[in-house]
Amino acid sequence: MSTLSERILGAASGEFVERTVDRAYVHDGTGVLTLESYRQMGAGGLADPSRLHVIFDHIVPANNSTTATLQHELRDFAKSSFMQFSDAGGGICHQCMSEGIVLPGEVVVGADSHSCTLGAFGAFATGVGATDMAAIWLTGETWFRVPETIAIRLTGALAEAAEAKDLALTYVSKLGMDGATYRALEFIGESAGPLSMDDRLVLCNLAVETGAKTGMFYADGVTERYLAGYGVTAQRQAAEPCSYTKEVDIDLSDVVPLIAVPPRVDTVKPVHDLAGLPVDQVFVGTCTNGRYSDLARFARIVAGKKVAVRTIVVPASRAVLAEAVRTGVLADIIAAGCMVGTPGCGPCLGAHLGVIGEGEVCLSTANRNFKNRMGVNGEIYLSSVATAAASALEGEITEPVVP
Amino acid sequence: MQGTGKAICLPSDIDTDLIIAGRYLRTKDRRIWAEHVFEDLDPKLAPRLAGAVIVAGKNFGCGSSREQAAIALKEAGVVAVVAPTFARIFFRNAINIGLPVIEADLACTEGKAVTFDLSAGWVDAGTGRKKVAPLSQRMLAIVQAGGLVPYWKVKR
Ligand code: SF4
Repeated sequence: MSTLSERILGAASGEFVERTVDRAYVHDGTGVLTLESYRQMGAGGLADPSRLHVIFDHIVPANNSTTATLQHELRDFAKSSFMQFSDAGGGICHQCMSEGIVLPGEVVVGADSHSCTLGAFGAFATGVGATDMAAIWLTGETWFRVPETIAIRLTGALAEAAEAKDLALTYVSKLGMDGATYRALEFIGESAGPLSMDDRLVLCNLAVETGAKTGMFYADGVTERYLAGYGVTAQRQAAEPCSYTKEVDIDLSDVVPLIAVPPRVDTVKPVHDLAGLPVDQVFVGTCTNGRYSDLARFARIVAGKKVAVRTIVVPASRAVLAEAVRTGVLADIIAAGCMVGTPGCGPCLGAHLGVIGEGEVCLSTANRNFKNRMGVNGEIYLSSVATAAASALEGEITEPVVP
Repeated sequence: MQGTGKAICLPSDIDTDLIIAGRYLRTKDRRIWAEHVFEDLDPKLAPRLAGAVIVAGKNFGCGSSREQAAIALKEAGVVAVVAPTFARIFFRNAINIGLPVIEADLACTEGKAVTFDLSAGWVDAGTGRKKVAPLSQRMLAIVQAGGLVPYWKVKR
């Protein structure tokens, strides 16, 4: 009787295994170093470029000529080596991989810590650094230590204005920033099945904020229907009894809108307790909350009104942007006075647009609020989309109401 | 594989943004990373890292997958990092670039000599040898080769 990780990796927890990687991806940030390590290894050719993705998302379009030159070199390499290449504007790597590429049961490795997001499909998806990735380019394989698993058992239903992000912040605060180091998370229980793919992606996205190797859902009818939308056929995975090292029970009806206060993701407070705190910038987007459903929820709240502070909305991918254009969601966002950025990471990593100034406060829908991440001596508060929308309208942290 | 260095004591949950800030990543010049390592934690720390063994609290290297964090430490002259637990991507990255990482909960005295033996599996911060779980054969081979790049160069 195995956990999902044990089943996919084909060995018991604690064992070291060598596995072929079904999908591997880098972005413009980690790709440059990966290419350098790959070349130093005396590159004899890519193992299988059809499984290797290069996705430009971190600084897009390039902010200066140094970045542009580094990107130029990586772009040339990716194209001339027939890798799967997505140029600036295509979207965030994790989002692009979630649009009909990653399948249940696959072994997926990204050169980015939030690669755990793709565990939402019932894949074993995890992050590595550049040199590990270079060896995958070369051999098509890598090693893993099969993780023990912590179960997050979900019951009840989300109430009022609480959303998946609030649930994610709840489990991160319960486990702590290293509560699941070296382990995998499995989201199970009667309320796991009803969650949409977008909600599952949010929950798996934050797994690494507890130190986890990956966060996973069993592939089911929801997964099947979502992937069918991309013309892909998926196999369901039946859960079987297995032993978890720990179980955390969460009743969704207890979850309230939360904010992670700087500089730790595991330090959360109810939005209620922080209401009235002035913010200088609101940012809606990222691999956590930049999907179409997020933009639509944001638009429903701000439509017909005006935001009171500078507000940046960045769609997670070109497909998300196109859908928001098609349905009129984008028009509502723009009419409310928001700025809209190129699909990608946007201000999340503090490397180009939307950097905040000294002493400034940003309310963001991202997953990290580490010191100085979005700008030196600026502070980042993390929240759901509904909280970000309500706060953007008031210019201060504001409790969301049922949309 | 043995080593020694003077202790630099750091707290728990040192994230990769604190080790090397995102604003210094868009370059291939490793000296820039070494120069700005820990800048947002303590700007006076970088020049003191040559020949040092970092003795940190739990969850060292949490956060992003940026390998520049491990590289910055190695370039700045760090001999090894000791912590009760590491974030797993940082741990792999360190091994992959040939920076010894040791899982142990040590009482740290600033400046005191820390000695370790990776193959035998012990570390000594001046209070006697403490046994630590040895690295797997494969990880040890990678660190001994100086990292995954030289390891693969030879293996191929
Ligand atoms: S959106 Fe932010 S957290 Fe997600 S991949 Fe980009 S930089 Fe990383």
